Amino acid sequence: LTAARPLLIEGRVWPVVRASGAYIDDVDTDQIFHNAHLAVTDIEEMGRYAFGNLAGWEDFPAKAKPGDVLAVGVNFGAGSSRQHAVDCFRALGVVGVVGVSFGVVYKRNAINAGWPLVECPDLPKLELAAGDVLRVNFKTGEAANVMKGKVVPARPFSRVQTDIYVAGDLLAYGSSLG
Amino acid sequence: VPQTIIEKIIASHSADDAYPGATVWLELDVRAARDFGGANVVKNFEAHYAGQSVADAAKTFFTFDCVVPAKDIPYAENQQLCRKFAARQGIKVYDVDAGIGSHVLMAEGLARPGGTVVNTDSHMNIAGAIGCLGQGMGDVDVAFAFRTGRTWLEVPPSVKVVLKGKYKWPTTAKDLALAMLRRFGSSGLLGKAVELYGPAAEALSVEERITVASTATEMGAVAIFVPPNEEVLEWCGGAAGAEVAGIYADADASYGATYELDVDDLEPLVACPPSPANVKAAGEVAGKEIGSAFFGSCTNGRLEDFRAAARIMSGRPVADGVLAYAVPATRRIFGAMLAEGLAAELFAAGFVVSNAGCGGCAQGQVGMTGKGEVQVSTSNRNFPGKQGAGETYLCSPATAAASVLMGSITDPREVA
Repeated sequence: LTAARPLLIEGRVWPVVRASGAYIDDVDTDQIFHNAHLAVTDIEEMGRYAFGNLAGWEDFPAKAKPGDVLAVGVNFGAGSSRQHAVDCFRALGVVGVVGVSFGVVYKRNAINAGWPLVECPDLPKLELAAGDVLRVNFKTGEAANVMKGKVVPARPFSRVQTDIYVAGDLLAYGSSLG
Repeated sequence: VPQTIIEKIIASHSADDAYPGATVWLELDVRAARDFGGANVVKNFEAHYAGQSVADAAKTFFTFDCVVPAKDIPYAENQQLCRKFAARQGIKVYDVDAGIGSHVLMAEGLARPGGTVVNTDSHMNIAGAIGCLGQGMGDVDVAFAFRTGRTWLEVPPSVKVVLKGKYKWPTTAKDLALAMLRRFGSSGLLGKAVELYGPAAEALSVEERITVASTATEMGAVAIFVPPNEEVLEWCGGAAGAEVAGIYADADASYGATYELDVDDLEPLVACPPSPANVKAAGEVAGKEIGSAFFGSCTNGRLEDFRAAARIMSGRPVADGVLAYAVPATRRIFGAMLAEGLAAELFAAGFVVSNAGCGGCAQGQVGMTGKGEVQVSTSNRNFPGKQGAGETYLCSPATAAASVLMGSITDPREVA
């Protein structure tokens, strides 16, 4: 049995923003993980391609460290259904993503992978800068910029999302049902 | 709380509250996988649940329809992998002879009004035609559904579309579907459960409901539901071998929006490349020379669709230089086409008549295009590269038949 996963993440944040500081909206799965690399099946190999096709973010795999958190804008993960666009961040040790909103299939893939995804319409109010510490409580739905002392409400995990997350992933949740 | 159709279906299959935005565990009446995705379902299952059984073999199926029979060795291997797994688990396979899975599941009475079905098919929501919640999903989700008999779903908001007026032959249900695409585009109904009302909706036959419901995905909708009428309940009862009850929204159910769509004297329409939402009047694109025509798919592969094509052809031949392909949705439909002479009639006109299945949509046997080839197709997708490098124009069987007669895109009113 694995130890229970905490219903909370706290980590160094990467706000996915332009040079102007505004969140980049509608980042699609081809920008996150380009279709040229779809043949990659080993999750450990996927990390090096994360954001490989997003202007200004190509060096993200070199800069990201295990324990980091992503903060993203509107409709993150739009486009195709590829699981790689979730798994490339897991491969880098990124512990979760907090965003204003997400593509429907992207959200499904993240939840099924047991990778924390939190919807937070008020995210910009946290005034996150690269390197700030972001803390998110999945149960209370509270998102905080720890460095700047700002807190906004986020959407708590649903029971389904919690069940899957605690078990590890969707298929592991199936095993846990016996 | 008064409920919409999808809320009622979910409530009867879940212990969780079914309000829009809620994420719920959903019990599944039917869980299926096609030859596309099926092999990965098996691999996921074996990797995580080795030595274990599916939750209920009697509710679990394979429906081979993409490349049927297999045209290459990898597909043959994948299909055989599924057959072996099915034999071990006691699962029924609707094999390469059966036809399109979503249609087979309805025709066998497995998908029923008020029920829940998943399959590795983004057009499984076609079951909305009979008031059944169908959901397409990936191989991880379906492996989980095989093992547990359930899936999870975020309850979508419901909207109403009320049709005003009526249209007449040779305008058909496909033109209604294209009119909805013209009005709402590819994202105007994004994430919504759509309910269709108005006299023109109530009058739709089972086959016509299938045509409309099969374009929900192209509108971004979760599904399009048409409340079942007597004919639909009789059809479903016949398929199930038992009486089935209809599924209807409560009179005071709450909807995110209500839209009216005027279909009075609707004219034949064509969706031009590069997207199903790029809809024009058939007359506007008339004269565009074609190289081929595909009749079939989950949208328009029913007996009535081939009858419509034959009615337009009325004994006249396919134009010189044009290839016309007819692919019935199911083996049962193919059998009916043979029995009533329809297959022979189309064959005599010059058609290639082929085994039941999805055809070119899934890069199957029939209906793919080469660069520079212009094809009219009764299917529901014309994205660049989907069926090949050619240009695909989506239209009704009547418009496709008129185009086949003339060798160029033709409004069927010109030849009817």
